[in-house]
Amino acid sequence: MNTLLNILIDGLAYGMVLFVIAVGLSVTLGLMRFVNLSHGAFAMVGGYCAALLTREAQWSFWLAVPAAVLATALLGGLLEALVLRHLYRRKELEQVLFTIGLSFVLIATTNALVGPQVQMIPLPPLLSGSVDLGFRTLPAQRLLVIGAGCAVAALAAWTVSCTRFGIWLRAAVDHSGTASSLGIPIRTVQCASFAAGAALAGLGGILGAELMPLEPYYALKYLVLVLVVVSVGGMGSITGSLLAAVLLGVIETASKYLASEWGSLFFFVAMALLLAWRPNGLLKR
Amino acid sequence: MKFHRRALACALFASAALSLAAPQAMAQNVKVGIIGPFSGPFAHYGSLFKAAAQAYVASQGGKLAGQNVEFIYRDTGGPNPALTKTLVQELLVKDKVDYLGGFVFTPNAMAVAPLIQQSRTPTVIFNAATSAITEKSEYFVRTSYTLWQVTVPAAQWAAKQNMKKVVTAVTDYGPGIDAETAFKSEFTKQGGTVVESIRMPIATTDFGPFVQRIKASGAQAVYTFLPGGPPNLGFVKAYNENGLAKAGVQFLGSAETDEYDLQKFGDAALGLTTVFHYAGAHDSSENRKFVAALKKQDPNAVANYASVGAWDGMYVIHKMIEATGGKKDGAKAMAAARALAWESPRGPVSIDPKTRHITQNVYLRKVEKAGDALVNKELLSFGAQTDFGLEK
Repeated sequence: MNTLLNILIDGLAYGMVLFVIAVGLSVTLGLMRFVNLSHGAFAMVGGYCAALLTREAQWSFWLAVPAAVLATALLGGLLEALVLRHLYRRKELEQVLFTIGLSFVLIATTNALVGPQVQMIPLPPLLSGSVDLGFRTLPAQRLLVIGAGCAVAALAAWTVSCTRFGIWLRAAVDHSGTASSLGIPIRTVQCASFAAGAALAGLGGILGAELMPLEPYYALKYLVLVLVVVSVGGMGSITGSLLAAVLLGVIETASKYLASEWGSLFFFVAMALLLAWRPNGLLKR
Repeated sequence: MKFHRRALACALFASAALSLAAPQAMAQNVKVGIIGPFSGPFAHYGSLFKAAAQAYVASQGGKLAGQNVEFIYRDTGGPNPALTKTLVQELLVKDKVDYLGGFVFTPNAMAVAPLIQQSRTPTVIFNAATSAITEKSEYFVRTSYTLWQVTVPAAQWAAKQNMKKVVTAVTDYGPGIDAETAFKSEFTKQGGTVVESIRMPIATTDFGPFVQRIKASGAQAVYTFLPGGPPNLGFVKAYNENGLAKAGVQFLGSAETDEYDLQKFGDAALGLTTVFHYAGAHDSSENRKFVAALKKQDPNAVANYASVGAWDGMYVIHKMIEATGGKKDGAKAMAAARALAWESPRGPVSIDPKTRHITQNVYLRKVEKAGDALVNKELLSFGAQTDFGLEK
């Protein structure tokens, strides 16, 4: 009984970390249909900004996080406006090649600027302790991640389905020609969406740094996990990504409690089965 | 006019011959190939090897036994036996190196054994810590440590502290399994029980579940081994955040509080207990000399097991050059290396003539604060230890 509760709690916490890291990709790859393999690199940029601001510049954590997220959004918006916009109409393979190349450039740049060692984000006292749940303790930082994950999921789902901007975005992706003749500012919508995706990646990089430590190879190391979450969840569905992340998180955690000698086998078997059952993902838009 | 032209041609020819001859006169240099990761996620090992090796030569006045030393660095990236073999072959055939040094990863060291055996090239291992490596060629000599060497005293100490139940938690790969086997066999011999042996997949990022299992096992301590860097940081963080120390499960490790990662733990690391052969804070004049020379060479270099392994490795190469007078003579050089005993920054050490592995003191250490920085404070020495993995 205790083990079951432990699995559920740890699984939820791990799944939320996966979700927070993957939700940005769910926007750029899922909603904008842009094969964005540089997602991990944006997450890394966000994490590095937060680490450097809190550690080197001595900013407060609560100030450094929004600043780092904003910086990542700016970088994403800038890259979109200058380079990436030319790739929307290209083939997927070209998008893959370009964004992988971009990841390598960002890996080499962080390595050259900050060095190869792991970067830690110092947590404020409020988050560095652990919370007593009665029968066990949970790191306080995980509660923040769970809260932030729920908030991001709700906000993003609401923006996409209920606001004018969400309608514009969907219209711009599905029928860009019609949308633009109806007077929808396509370029602004695309640029803002990509920047939002980058910002979410940055947030994921910061909040997930406890489990996925920041180092130059971060950009590629966790990309597979993130792609799995988005594809199992269903392209473009933020609720789907949330569901997939929590489900896969619980499966991975259960295998660590019960059958750790099998490694990540169950995680990937679950992925294969889920994709065989629903090739377009759990919830496809 | 014609005569002038011929004279000019002669002069040109002579000067060309001279300039060709010049590098041959220079070729008296002793060449040392250093193999390690100089790029990628393990690049810090390479830069520590480089800093320590050059610092050693500088500390000897720029020459070893009267010979100029030329280092040739080769980058293996990470664990990559095929590439390492190619690089070493090139060093041996094209660059004609006299000695080889370095090697962070066991598979890389294993891969070059036939090459150094055939070319009779003395090879000093600065890091790779699996016992079996030195058995693969009689030209291997090792100045780092093995997991058996540090784990056996750790198990004996745990038994002496009246611990009856210990759980082992290691990363599921070569050295981790060495650590698990060594602890289990020695601790059981001392009358204790290993209640659970957890092997954590090498790609693990979330250590929470494993730490919960350790807590639930009811053990008095956890003996652990993880590769340096992200896994190490993640495990120690999970150990702290899940309140294991408060629950009475003592942390017992080896390289986990290595000086390179230590400052990143922050105050959470205070009180972590490890059993290991070198602490950057080791209190001796040899060590102070080493730290000063290292800092002079590279202000960013850290005195840890990798840099001290390279420093002592260069000492061994120095003595081999001395014994052979700078000529390449693998057998004579190895005979000299087998007989070495000296005062290293880590304490008194010697090369075991049979296994060609370093015999050294192993210490019990605890993380403490000295000024602003965290250090591994040595609490007691278990005395000289050999490689128990090879003596079985």
